[in-house]
Amino acid sequence: MPTKEVRQLDRVIIRLAGDSGDGMQLTGDRFTSETAEFGNDLSTLPNFPAEIRAPAGTLPGVSSFQLHFADHDIMTPGDAPNVLVAMNPAALKANLADLPRGAEIIVNSDEFTPRAWQRVGYSSNPLEDGSLADYRVTAVPLTSMTVEALKDFDISKKDAERAKNMFALGLLSWMYHRPIESTIAFLEKKFAKNPEIAKANIAAFRAGYHFGETTEVFAVSYEVKPAALQPGTYRNISGNLALAYGLIAASQATGLPLFLGSYPITPASDILHELAKHKNFGVRTFQAEDEIAGVTAAIGASFGGSLGVTTTSGPGVALKSEAIGLAVMLELPLVICDIQRGGPSTGLPTKTEQADLLQAMFGRNGEAPVAIVAPRSPSDCFAMAIEAARIATKYRTPVFLLSDGYLANGSEPWLLPDVSALPDLRVDFATEPNHVADDGSRQFWPYVRDPETLARAWALPGTPGLEHRIGGLEKSDGSGAISYDPENHDRMVRLRQAKIDGIARDIPPLEVEDPDGNAELLVLGWGSTYGPIGAACRRVRARGLPVAQAHLRYLNPFPANTGEVVRRYRKVLIPEMNLGQLALLIRAKYLVDAISYDRVRGLPFKAAELADVITATIESIQE
Amino acid sequence: MTNDGSSNGQHRAGLAASLAGRAAYGNGRPAGLMSVPQGSTALAAKDFKSDQEVRWCPGCGDYAILAAVQGFLPELGVPRENIVFISGIGCSSRFPYYVETYGMHSIHGRAPAIATGLAVTRPDLAVFVVTGDGDALSIGGNHLIHALRRNINLTILLFNNRIYGLTKGQYSPTSELGKITKSTPMGSLDQPFNPVSLALGAEATFVARTIDSDRKHLTEVLRAAVAHRGASFVEIYQNCNIFNDNAFEVLKSPTTRDDYLIRLEHGQPITFGKNREKGVRWTASGTLEVCSGDDPSVVVHDAHHPDPTLAFALSRLAQPDLAMTPIGIFRDVDRPVYEDMLADQIEQAVARQGRGDLAALLASGDTWTIR
Repeated sequence: MPTKEVRQLDRVIIRLAGDSGDGMQLTGDRFTSETAEFGNDLSTLPNFPAEIRAPAGTLPGVSSFQLHFADHDIMTPGDAPNVLVAMNPAALKANLADLPRGAEIIVNSDEFTPRAWQRVGYSSNPLEDGSLADYRVTAVPLTSMTVEALKDFDISKKDAERAKNMFALGLLSWMYHRPIESTIAFLEKKFAKNPEIAKANIAAFRAGYHFGETTEVFAVSYEVKPAALQPGTYRNISGNLALAYGLIAASQATGLPLFLGSYPITPASDILHELAKHKNFGVRTFQAEDEIAGVTAAIGASFGGSLGVTTTSGPGVALKSEAIGLAVMLELPLVICDIQRGGPSTGLPTKTEQADLLQAMFGRNGEAPVAIVAPRSPSDCFAMAIEAARIATKYRTPVFLLSDGYLANGSEPWLLPDVSALPDLRVDFATEPNHVADDGSRQFWPYVRDPETLARAWALPGTPGLEHRIGGLEKSDGSGAISYDPENHDRMVRLRQAKIDGIARDIPPLEVEDPDGNAELLVLGWGSTYGPIGAACRRVRARGLPVAQAHLRYLNPFPANTGEVVRRYRKVLIPEMNLGQLALLIRAKYLVDAISYDRVRGLPFKAAELADVITATIESIQE
Repeated sequence: MTNDGSSNGQHRAGLAASLAGRAAYGNGRPAGLMSVPQGSTALAAKDFKSDQEVRWCPGCGDYAILAAVQGFLPELGVPRENIVFISGIGCSSRFPYYVETYGMHSIHGRAPAIATGLAVTRPDLAVFVVTGDGDALSIGGNHLIHALRRNINLTILLFNNRIYGLTKGQYSPTSELGKITKSTPMGSLDQPFNPVSLALGAEATFVARTIDSDRKHLTEVLRAAVAHRGASFVEIYQNCNIFNDNAFEVLKSPTTRDDYLIRLEHGQPITFGKNREKGVRWTASGTLEVCSGDDPSVVVHDAHHPDPTLAFALSRLAQPDLAMTPIGIFRDVDRPVYEDMLADQIEQAVARQGRGDLAALLASGDTWTIR
């Protein structure tokens, strides 16, 4: 057999697309695992419809998975795919507009029947009519080759056809020199209860691999060398998984049992599913009757000394608002994880957006300040979950963690942290009376505050002698007794605000990346835009233009040096997947004329798009 | 026997064991308090009075209920610190402020959900929910029915005065059809809930009704409610002397009460009237009807019957004018308690997976090492 050419690439962006039922997410996950094992840096972006199974072969039913892998460190799943694998005409049509000219397209030609291409609005077969002339198209009869490869197996034709995604995965594994052992082990485990199906899927996977090796159709394979990553043990992790693990770690660090009160909602439900698997950590998950019961049960658990957490998305936050206000008034710890999605109302359940910042900040009656943190990458969800729990328990306050659909489902390699180095977050509960009454008797006053943190004394039910009542009515400073006194209310409103403001002394300063040291423009972001903004800044710097980048992981309060940072630059550009919510806060708080750049498409920013916006902004300063 | 794998079988064995433990009244403690520590010092009613001035309207039925509860709590033998009262919003929901235990006055309708989170994580606490007809049946109806069906170990006291008191006199979900109130000047158009029927429909395992002014009966019902392991639902007819005075007068007046009230006692024939001259019996269509007290087919009350049919039929006897209103314990049956089953699952998970090891968890799945 003649040796085929191996071409070296520094990075590849590949997108797998098919029907919701074609197993594209699974195929993508497996290809990601092989790629991670090989040692590339990577970033992934699944994209799936809100419908569980839209009619087969239709545009709304197309599900896709994008993987960007490279021999250097990368920050995003990539703007435009170099390679598209389209399992049917719908998948081709839905994704073609995202491809640059010259991109490689591998299609399952078995699915390109007149009926199928007519169904998605093609008037002729796109594989034959020349409309794809700008691309490098390879038509492979994936279905029939899979069925042929599995003809000796004792499985139905339908089951054989379903293994076509594994055939495609095998072909890609050959094309990009991926290690295949872990996928074989995975299939053996996944179909352990049905060994014949396991063997068939493995056979399809191998057949795809061998097809690549032997066929004349593919003359070239590609190699992307491993990236130089920091030494250590890695795994690939999505934001929701990292968040679930972070909550378990926070439970261990605080010594408080984890209680999750939650109602199923996309894209947050996976956190509930994950935590439900880990009861051996003492985790109690409670699928509540509604969003309100999810948060109120968590408040009840917090009252009893658990780490009370609720997970949801934007519409759920709206329902929980009154209860979050109660937790502000009770001054009890509570972690609210909002995995943001497109809104308003039901909006775009499976798409990403970051338009809940102001809801988290202000979405309650009365002056009801809460702390807000926001992870900036999938793996950062682990660290920020621990931070949310640290702030909640130390300051006896609700803390919002704002993730989003992109972080939740996107994944990246994660250098496993040393669990023995986790911070000690144990809580100092009240065990003794803390007040001497006029008659000399010793009492427990639940609203006596720590002078440093302004956190109130927290006594758990079961502690003898400290029986007390708390509630949503305004209470007297110190004693916590109901009070309608005007001056007391003014004082309590200010104390609750001062407590949250004071957290600024207890969080790291905002760091600025300005490698040239002479940038005039600062690009400021928060949440999941970190990757695209970072990748865009690199491109701009590569064009010879200096630009500074800073990314907020703490949104209330802002890090103490935020004002100094934003005033240091001639211009501040704030890209957001909303209509300028952070920009509104920055402008109001620091009187800085920040420029908003907003797109609300349900998709993450593209690095190229941001690079152009940044470049144009720099040029406008220089004019 | 199950044939669906040993793990499930083990799980059921664990459940059976926890059920057996519950049925036994170990140390003479009622099942409802099995996991709550026993106090070493005897307490009196005054020990359960907080330093807060009670601020209900003079003459409110809530005073009588508060006194009955404070008088009853000492007999539980539970230390004050292991008792928690959770309430929502409304007149009745001020209750926790007046009881010297732990307590929370929360938000409208949510007390059963808050109490669920607390009870599920702290089985060492005796958790009470105090709520009203608006709080529990209108804004919080969802939480009430779900707490009941899950059988959380709570004692839920619903003060039913058939009116909104704190917002000054609008009709409530238990107000009678046609009731004239500030918000219904031409009469209410809402069919009222029957709280006992609702609780039974929500799969409640303990359902009772009592009256604020009958301290002896109220205390007996409370005793049985706390003894019951699982969600205990107690409807307490309570007089609002400002906005709905004498709503239950026919059940209280010595001249009418014997003809209006049916006092339910487990194992006793269901008879009523001054001389027990009336009884109830089944009709062919499966409803209950009034018969002579000495009719051989008078139904004997069975609160422990696994099927709720009799309890439900009894709940339907009450007429809009309160004629034939049963009080007492409609239903008191054993069913696994949510938090016990959850604790059992945690034990099973530890037995199966080992105690949680964070480092191992983080490294689960595919990992790779860069040197």
